[in-house]
Amino acid sequence: MSAENTLLYVDGVSVSFDGFRALNSLSLIIGPGEMRAIIGPNGAGKTTMMDVITGKTRPNTGTILFEGGTDLTRMDEAAIANLGIGRKFQRPTVFENHTVWDNLELALKNPRKTWSALAYGMNPKDRARIEEILDITRLSPRRERLAGSLSHGEKQWLEIGMLLAQDPKLLLVDEPVAGMTDAETEQTAHLLKTIAGTRSVIVVEHDMVFVRELGVKVTVLHEGSVLAEGSLDSVSANRQVIDVYLGR
Amino acid sequence: MLTRFLLLGLDKRAGVLLTVLAVLAVAVPVMALAVPPDSPFHLPMHSVSLLGKYLSFALLALALDLVWGYCGILSLGHAAFFTLGGYAMGMYLMRQIGPRGVYGHPELPDFMVFLNWKELPWYWQGFDQFWFAALMVLAVPGLLAFAFGWFAFRSRVTGVYLSIITQAMTFALLLAFFRNDMGFGGNNGLTDFKEILGYDIQAPATRVGLFVATVAALAAGYMVASSLVASKLGKVLVAVRDAESRVRFLGYSVERYKLFVWTLSACMAGVAGALYVPQVGIINPSEFAPAASIEAVIWVAVGGRGTLAGAVLGAVLVNYGKTYFTAALPELWLFALGGLFVLVTLFLPKGILGLAADRFRKREPAAAVPAAASKGA
Repeated sequence: MSAENTLLYVDGVSVSFDGFRALNSLSLIIGPGEMRAIIGPNGAGKTTMMDVITGKTRPNTGTILFEGGTDLTRMDEAAIANLGIGRKFQRPTVFENHTVWDNLELALKNPRKTWSALAYGMNPKDRARIEEILDITRLSPRRERLAGSLSHGEKQWLEIGMLLAQDPKLLLVDEPVAGMTDAETEQTAHLLKTIAGTRSVIVVEHDMVFVRELGVKVTVLHEGSVLAEGSLDSVSANRQVIDVYLGR
Repeated sequence: MLTRFLLLGLDKRAGVLLTVLAVLAVAVPVMALAVPPDSPFHLPMHSVSLLGKYLSFALLALALDLVWGYCGILSLGHAAFFTLGGYAMGMYLMRQIGPRGVYGHPELPDFMVFLNWKELPWYWQGFDQFWFAALMVLAVPGLLAFAFGWFAFRSRVTGVYLSIITQAMTFALLLAFFRNDMGFGGNNGLTDFKEILGYDIQAPATRVGLFVATVAALAAGYMVASSLVASKLGKVLVAVRDAESRVRFLGYSVERYKLFVWTLSACMAGVAGALYVPQVGIINPSEFAPAASIEAVIWVAVGGRGTLAGAVLGAVLVNYGKTYFTAALPELWLFALGGLFVLVTLFLPKGILGLAADRFRKREPAAAVPAAASKGA
């Protein structure tokens, strides 16, 4: 494998927690503009994989390169986020004591230094961008509400809106439709596709209907490494995948 | 840019507080100096200094609220920064005594003569200059806070663990300053001050002047804090308080933000200590006692954490209560203080000002739910 012309290059990454191997020589390549769905049974290492890419957990061994050259294993969360990697958590995490507007203002792609934040003043360009995101996420009527008072689904969209404001090159999305109604699920799939555009997206999801709706290449994780890769139909037909999911 | 920054903090609450402070700055000098002593409106000099003491505590409470209420860093050692600022001012005041000490030594403070020291230690140099002492009032607490924060925040020490090491920090300073060979007057601390900037420190006009300076410092501190929390930086701080790791994934370096507000807060506490010392006339190691820092936490909790004006209100109210109780029922004060903390935690989690704000909002149902702190430190 070569890291050239890849956005994310993960090679031979292993992580152990107290002897438990959460990731076992995981390798994965995401191209620029690609959307990828990651599925796998509980404990397959999906969340750990995201932790490793975003700098929350350091791998014991292995290489993770961003845009072919930047070594992510040496950087902290903030530095990785500033490279252009955004993350959406499984449980919606928004700033509950801030308004919807302020949540987006904080996420907006602007200098992150202390002094820049101190001197920051809202400008027409940022205002227009936030308005635009409020429209896309259909949160416009909620702009002055505290994020803590939003419904579960609205929080999910706000968080997706925050990712949009961050304008990342790579988006990691952890179970975006968990706990959502069918209508919300449909709207979320639409939202994600809108966001994807030219960006690369990795979606971790249990909901097969949702994965089918996305219609993208699927990677199946099992016990911390890749079990199968391909279209949803081809991996669904894979003997090993069936065994893992049905629990032989 | 600075004007715009300060305008940010000028909300309705700031208006009320600044008005009250402005009234105090005019009324107290008039009542203490111009009104004849037999008039019922006369303010005795000891009350002026007492009020000044309350307001210097209010500035400490403000500093604490900035880190605790807005950034979720529960400091149980903030009195350490206050006391260091106080010692820096105390050292200046000691040097002003000159040859008027009991032993009449031209340069050495009495306690050094008593300990048979022959010359001034290096770290006492420069403190005969007010500007140098004023700089140290900010620099010493600021540098200690910076060093402490640098290690603590980078190692991602948070919550209860951080609170415990702040407590350890102030306790270590307490023990160190108790030692005579530290050169800060040991157990007795620094006292018997004579002059400040050439004015007799006991003279009514000087004491009123110190009071007005305290009011001005509190007003300035409030404006800085209020503008800060209204800025984008303030929003980042609240975000750190409520969901620290989310802030990291947005690309903010949480450590730097914490370090900034922590150091600023320590400098504010230092100024408060420097104003406290000339008004009470003494500084000794007991101010480093862990209980002093915990008391400051109670002031903020009572007034309402995460509401800057609440910290000021809480500090003044609780200290007024302390003055009253320790005179009327001295043996009951500590029980009253402990009881107050329990009551506030159980029934007034947002403090007096938080409760008032909730009441106010109930009459305006359209407004959003309270923005005050809802998550443990």
